[in-house]
Amino acid sequence: MATKASRPGRTLIVFGMVIAVLFGAVALGGSWKPKLGLDLQGGTRITLEASTETGDAVTPEKLEEAAGIIDSRVNGSGVSEAEVATQGDRNIIVEIPGQNRKDLVDTVKQTAQLRFRLVAAAAPGVPAPQPSTGPSGAASPSASGSAAPSAEPSGKATPKPSASASPRGRALSGGLLSADKTAPAASPSAAASPSAGTSAQPLPGQPVPGQATPAKGAPVDQPLAWMNNPGSEWLTKFQSFTCPAQGKVAAPVKDVKAQPLLTCDENGTKYLLSAAVIEGTQLKDASSGIPQGQVGYVVDLSFDSTARQSFADVTQQLAGTGQQFAIVLDGEVISAPQVNQPIPGGNAQISGDFTQEEAQTLANSLKYGALPLKFTAPVVTEEGPSLASDQLAAGIWAGLVGLALVLVYCLIYYRGLGLVVFASLMVAAAVTYATVLVMSEAVGFTLTLPGIAGLIVAVGITADSFIVYFERIRDEMRDGKSMRVAVEAGWVRARATCLAADAVSLLAAVVLYIFAIGVVKGFAFALGISTIIDIVVFFFFTKPMVSWLARFPFFYNGHKLSGLDAENLGLDRLPGVRRPRTAGGNA
Amino acid sequence: MGKMSRLGNALYEGDVSIDFVGRRMLWYTISGIIVLVAVAGLYFKGLNMGIEFEGGVEYRVAMAPGEADQQAVEDIRDAVVGTGIDAASAPIVNTSGTDTIRVQTEPMPDNDDATAVSEAIQEAAGVGEDDISQAAIGATWGQQVADRALIGLGVFTVLVVLFIWAYFREWKMSVAALVALVHDVVITVGVYAISGFEVTPATVTGVLTILGFSLYDTVVVFDKVRENTKNLSRSRKTYREAANLAVNQTLVRSINTSIVALLPVGALLYAGVVTLGSGALKDLALALFVGMAAGAYSSIFIATPLLVQLKMREPAIQRGDARATTRARHHEVDRYAAVPVFTDDMPVHDEPTGDDRDEVEDDVAPSAVGSGRAPRYTAGERPASRAVSNSASAKRAQPSRKPRSQRGKK
Repeated sequence: MATKASRPGRTLIVFGMVIAVLFGAVALGGSWKPKLGLDLQGGTRITLEASTETGDAVTPEKLEEAAGIIDSRVNGSGVSEAEVATQGDRNIIVEIPGQNRKDLVDTVKQTAQLRFRLVAAAAPGVPAPQPSTGPSGAASPSASGSAAPSAEPSGKATPKPSASASPRGRALSGGLLSADKTAPAASPSAAASPSAGTSAQPLPGQPVPGQATPAKGAPVDQPLAWMNNPGSEWLTKFQSFTCPAQGKVAAPVKDVKAQPLLTCDENGTKYLLSAAVIEGTQLKDASSGIPQGQVGYVVDLSFDSTARQSFADVTQQLAGTGQQFAIVLDGEVISAPQVNQPIPGGNAQISGDFTQEEAQTLANSLKYGALPLKFTAPVVTEEGPSLASDQLAAGIWAGLVGLALVLVYCLIYYRGLGLVVFASLMVAAAVTYATVLVMSEAVGFTLTLPGIAGLIVAVGITADSFIVYFERIRDEMRDGKSMRVAVEAGWVRARATCLAADAVSLLAAVVLYIFAIGVVKGFAFALGISTIIDIVVFFFFTKPMVSWLARFPFFYNGHKLSGLDAENLGLDRLPGVRRPRTAGGNA
Repeated sequence: MGKMSRLGNALYEGDVSIDFVGRRMLWYTISGIIVLVAVAGLYFKGLNMGIEFEGGVEYRVAMAPGEADQQAVEDIRDAVVGTGIDAASAPIVNTSGTDTIRVQTEPMPDNDDATAVSEAIQEAAGVGEDDISQAAIGATWGQQVADRALIGLGVFTVLVVLFIWAYFREWKMSVAALVALVHDVVITVGVYAISGFEVTPATVTGVLTILGFSLYDTVVVFDKVRENTKNLSRSRKTYREAANLAVNQTLVRSINTSIVALLPVGALLYAGVVTLGSGALKDLALALFVGMAAGAYSSIFIATPLLVQLKMREPAIQRGDARATTRARHHEVDRYAAVPVFTDDMPVHDEPTGDDRDEVEDDVAPSAVGSGRAPRYTAGERPASRAVSNSASAKRAQPSRKPRSQRGKK
């Protein structure tokens, strides 16, 4: 008995230490306020639903890719702290806390386009503006003979194309090799790209050469001619264009198919790009891997029949010149390879200093661009900050009042034992609070109104465990056991009941979490956490606490306020208490 | 509170017994009527599905205190209709909570329309952009949400059935528990139909949660029933009496649990209905409140009587009951024969005759005396050291008793 008696104290101390550690973790996290959901702080939430044009299934990779694209769009449009997450198999949730930005709906639901464009000029686009290095496009010898006369003076700068065009340290741009083994034989002569006339020919646009004034350069609808002679207007724009500083997201670029494009890649190199020569949807497939007999990762891509000819023409002109074409996904250059040789077969290979991950990312982006997801926005909610703060206030009010009512009831009914309920609920509340803080730090849990409701409902569940236990103790005492024995005997039985009850609640919480939609998930999550906390507190706090209290005469002798006195139990005399405690008993 | 506790003890000992099981026709009738009303409400009035299921646009406007009156409602309605947008031609405008006004329209596919309506409302209500909340839900989305909710309900029901089956290991208990569950859900849904409260995903969540609660209540009562009827063959009680005692014994606990569970939910309901007027809080709290109350009722008044009714059809139980009745009748002949010997740590008050929990020896041995039969064993016979029980070899109960010197001692 002596060893047993020392246990409750030890358990309590260990449990206290665990709580201290929990709060220590919170202190390390640094924030003492849980992350609030949009319904409690105001903001806009846009639920997007994805579908493919062809009716194919939406793959998780594509959804991730789309979420990434949307993320950079939203965060690029001057919104801070926007969160973009996928949900389920076809939904993307965009949350913009604190602001009413319904205007973003059209921005986020736009379909991301993959386009192949020709690079007219490229330069480091980050702060330090060095005008001289800017234009490089007109450098290549006499590629576009017809347009050459109108070339701007600025074109003379001719910094070696390879230097400025293939951004240093950027693995994504590499040589474009033919995957077609027969191509090399045919290419050598073609690589010289003799005449601009033939290269412009395949492009469907009506040639309007007459319009090409010196200032305007070549017509924009002839990309192959244009890339060598973009005209002063665009070059000026290009010079004044800057990319955002490293680490910041660019504002979304308006990517119009038939227009030249000024944009950046992720390393802050700015590009002046021609109108699109090939659409992403003309891409048949893309994959990454290490081809046989080679050591580096490459990305393979194949075009469908409609794009084969235009790609052949493009590579024909670009091969060997050091000029690049650019692959642009949603307005951002994801790769800008040079062309080593013409590729007539429609199967190309981008090689370079890829790591496996880089190659995979590029291939995924290409694949996504080949069949981009289309989005609708079936749910748009906007929570006004003042209403949100009302909701927060109401939630907290309900929580405090609910807790207070339960405490008062328990104190009146169980008196001394009510203090155990009080302490246990306080401990449970502290643990819950710390858990919520840790969760919001670790897994991004946000507290929503249904979440608060879940926590409040859990007060009842938690208090219920104690009631089951106390009623059991009282029953055991009515059966003639003394308080100290009843505490242990009642525990064994109450434990089974409570575990069954908590199993049901937990089951409910898990099913709800899986099937609930949107904010209601928060309810299930909160219910789940607090059920687990209930078990922990019940086992490691309430039980040791009661065992410990059972060593005090106040309780085991059944003091009137202990909640275990004879009158309260409805007995004439407490079992195990030898001295009759009432005056009547002595007489 | 003392009186209440006394009652608790009396209920526990069986001194005071409410005949829950015996008056089952009364409870069945009451529940039947309530369920009938609920079903009728569901059938004739139908559920008022919220915009989350049907699609539509909802605006909530936070008015200055005291300004959310009928006049403001009229103004806002006129303003919304005045936008000339088709979907907003018949808006539902009402006050909600203390100072919120709610506007609902049909789904608006065009985002600009929604913004136009929002601006019209802001102007009419004289509030800023911060004071208005908007939720636009497409019609097809609502259908998906509804489908998912139904799947969730289905999956959870299946899991609950599996849980009940695994926990009770007896189909009769499972059936009784399930009937209680269905009873609770039907009543809750009926309350929604009749009151016209909106059904939202939060409501569905609430209903799923009460499935858990109701089940838990039933688990507790059935646990006690099982405990009380385990050694039924050794007691003088019929199954019915033992079950009824179980309900009575858990009554105080059931009441306490229900009160403790309902108090916070009540606070939630108050905050949801009175302060906020609408939204997830109200929907959750109302479903929980109704469901929990119904759950507490059904586990006592429906599940147990039904269980007893089902069990009474088992031949073994019938035989046991017949035996118990006979024993009880014999017991009536000489009731004082059953008074146990006083021991030191015994409560002073009279041990009630209905006590069957552990002093089985006291029960069985004196009953032989009470029946008027002479003690049948002779000196050579080994007195049974334990109580009578069915043994497989004998196929019937064998009476035994202790020598007089050992009687009543433990």
